[in-house]
Amino acid sequence: MDNKLEQAVKQICDECGNDRTRIMDIVIALQKSQGCVSSQAMDLIAKQVNAHRVEVEGVVSFYAFLSKDPKGKVVIRVCTDVVDRMKGVNEVGQAFQAELGIGLGETTEDGNITLEHTPCIGMCDQAPAALINDEVFTNLSEDKAKAIVQALKKDADPKKISIELGDGNNANELVKSEVKNNICKKGEIIFADNESGAGLKKALELAPADVIKEIKESKLRGRGGAGFPTGLKWDFASKAEGDQKYVLCNADEGEPGTFKDRVLLTERYDLLFEGMTITGYAIGANAGVIYLRGEYAYLRAFLENKLVERRDKNLLGKNVLGKDGFDFDIRIQMGAGAYVCGEETALISSCEGMRGDPKNRPPFPAQKGYLGCPTVVNNVETLSIVTRIMEKGAAWFTGIGTEASAGTKILSISGDCEAPGVYEFPIGIKIEDLLKEVKAENAQAVLIGGPAGQIISATEFNRYICFDDLATGGAIVIFGAQRNILEIVNEYMDFFIEENCGYCTPCRVGNVLLKQRLEKIISGKGEKADLDYLQDLGDSVILTSRCGLGQTSPNPILTTLKNFRSLYEGLIKVEKDIMEPTFDVKAALNDAETVAERQSVIY
Amino acid sequence: MEKTVKFTIDGVEITAKAGQTIMQAADEAGIYIPRLCYMNELKPHGSCRVCTVMVNGNPQAACTQPVAEGTVVKSETEKIQASRRDIVDMLFVEGNHFCMVCEKSGNCELQAMAYRLGICAPKYPYLFPKLDVDGSHPDIFIDRNRCILCGRCVEASQDIDGKGVFEFVGRGQEKRVAVNAEAKLADTNMEVTDKAADVCPVGAIIKKRVGFAVPVGERLYDKEPIGSDIERKKNGKT
Ligand SMILES: Cc1cc2nc3c(=O)[nH]c(=O)nc-3n(C[C@H](O)[C@H](O)[C@H](O)COP(=O)(O)O)c2cc1C
Ligand code: SF4
Ligand code: SF4
Repeated sequence: MDNKLEQAVKQICDECGNDRTRIMDIVIALQKSQGCVSSQAMDLIAKQVNAHRVEVEGVVSFYAFLSKDPKGKVVIRVCTDVVDRMKGVNEVGQAFQAELGIGLGETTEDGNITLEHTPCIGMCDQAPAALINDEVFTNLSEDKAKAIVQALKKDADPKKISIELGDGNNANELVKSEVKNNICKKGEIIFADNESGAGLKKALELAPADVIKEIKESKLRGRGGAGFPTGLKWDFASKAEGDQKYVLCNADEGEPGTFKDRVLLTERYDLLFEGMTITGYAIGANAGVIYLRGEYAYLRAFLENKLVERRDKNLLGKNVLGKDGFDFDIRIQMGAGAYVCGEETALISSCEGMRGDPKNRPPFPAQKGYLGCPTVVNNVETLSIVTRIMEKGAAWFTGIGTEASAGTKILSISGDCEAPGVYEFPIGIKIEDLLKEVKAENAQAVLIGGPAGQIISATEFNRYICFDDLATGGAIVIFGAQRNILEIVNEYMDFFIEENCGYCTPCRVGNVLLKQRLEKIISGKGEKADLDYLQDLGDSVILTSRCGLGQTSPNPILTTLKNFRSLYEGLIKVEKDIMEPTFDVKAALNDAETVAERQSVIY
Repeated sequence: MEKTVKFTIDGVEITAKAGQTIMQAADEAGIYIPRLCYMNELKPHGSCRVCTVMVNGNPQAACTQPVAEGTVVKSETEKIQASRRDIVDMLFVEGNHFCMVCEKSGNCELQAMAYRLGICAPKYPYLFPKLDVDGSHPDIFIDRNRCILCGRCVEASQDIDGKGVFEFVGRGQEKRVAVNAEAKLADTNMEVTDKAADVCPVGAIIKKRVGFAVPVGERLYDKEPIGSDIERKKNGKT
């Protein structure tokens, strides 16, 4: 057995207390130091934390950023999200390949550099972008790709590539990234000046039940997409039995087109930490976990440092701000490349060191969540708003937005517009007005809420963003007249196929079948019956899927089938007679012809 | 006395014990809700989704959803039955199922479910994945071409045998059942007497040398449709 590896594994496992529930931390650390979690390493970890080897393998094989086979010292992950493609990532990817002399998924002969692609990394407003190890590179061009490869060939450390630092804390010593915030519109809640600590102080003066009452009165609803009333969720968790309770912050931000949580983490971390602390006080939890997506690892050291500062000021730790008996601390749990882990029960599985499978409900997290304890899971933005509500009061909050949808919403806007970035609007803005604000003329379609949401056409630009019309976690992507909508839909289906956990049948298989049939239509071989096929299959997947991923994954197809039907119909083969052949003889003969090395004489 | 809960399934009133799932209550009442991953002695897995029912208008898996007073459960509606057929179709095209040469034929729950739901041929195109077989073990054979990822073997080995021989690896379309060894079942502590050797609904985990002990034509589902044992309870009563 490899002695060095044995020592490395032992050290990492010891640091994690040989705790089975911390397998994620262990394998992430090992991937970083060894370039893979080899078969041997799996055996060693299993022994160390008293798990079965195959359980470790189950975890490693689940996450895109972990691998059993060795990767290069440097891993370049080119973001191939729809928006990046619109901004020319294909050419950038080719430049990387040409300069490295390898294809996607390959490693250079010297074992130094691996080239891969990855779904949305939360940089759509500065696309095309790529991750190189933990570093983010934005606004890529073919020349920039070449320069990056040349620099890496000289020194295989992406940190040493010279860049122009981004604005705000992106330039902080602990971040040092070229990422830009692009805060285009500041609203009254999140991006307004606030008195740090005031919200927490107010909360601690109240009884926990009264904090929950205040949040209920504010009518705050979750900003992560599902829009569940926050006060109610807290109420369940506070009443659930359990000595230990947890506050989990969902910073997985994986919905393609969303990047607002990244900006909040960079610039408004204090609001977030304070909001988590208030939540902890309200529900009776003394520990919080931030689940930070692997793509945002570049922010980790910075955030850890800010947590230390808070501990020094007694904003975290024992008897927070002198409140006797209220202890609260926060740790950061890294993810490793899995969109489904943004689903709250999958997020909990991942925090527990398991495969990122969603869990069966009931029990709900508020009853039995992280490590079987009552747990509140809230989005970064939701928790940040909490701080402001406690500072300024529920009445102030309900005065912003609409009657049914109080407050502001931060939108991540990208695609075909002149001013992509994050915008804080009072809830209830009309799409038309929004398009004007971001300078998007000529929009053919707008994606609201990411691919899990809906694609609407110009006839619906008079609709509103709010909980009872177009609800959204914040991803808005604009498609100009020059875009091929069905190709875009097809790319979004790829995303769901790549990112579903595979636990349940309809989502695992149904999405593959949907995409297959869509491609048939796109290639001009579709028939009228194929439109019904897509509709029926999509309905079945939505009806029977186990979690929100499958329950929304047919949306790109179903919403365009409704809003852009003529695009589909224009591609349908019209047969002169009534017969609609579903069988493509030519395609079916392909394999046989290849084997026989001759063409069919009949067809 | 135990607390009871009253609710209806397709209009039939049912009295269940509080804390039961819809599936358990239905089984006791002699109402068969189609299912593939669920197995009486194991924790409900909730993965196949065949047991989807409408509970007060919302889709839920009957195997994981607890009964609640006064709820209206719909099971055999046209829409749900169609979705169930879709799911079974998906399971067929996602694997490589050659029933005519499979030694599980007649005892296979997937095949039996297809017949019960009236499926003659899948309506979806076959995906023809490349999947592994593992014949390394002296007494047990694994054929992943037939696996429907129901999780029974994983749970039985973990919870009943206390061994953890099986676990899932990969995700999405790449999800597979794997064994607790570098590659081969022979390198695990699996024994033919393990519960895990007895739970597979399809022919993915089978015991060697007993495949044709009962001839085709005289097997469980050759004689009666799947679910008949449960439905007999109701018929027995009335
Ligand atoms: C596939 C999937 C991905 C999700 N990703 C996220 C995410 O990245 N961030 C988030 O806050 N919520 C996400 N959600 C929603 C969460 O499940 C959950 O509703 C949310 O974190 C609750 O917080 P909130 O009430 O503050 O919005 C996702 C849901 C699904 C089904
Ligand atoms: S719906 Fe998709 S992501 Fe959710 S449990 Fe099923 S397979 Fe996994
Ligand atoms: S091998 Fe059999 S029991 Fe195990 S998951 Fe596959 S179908 Fe289920």
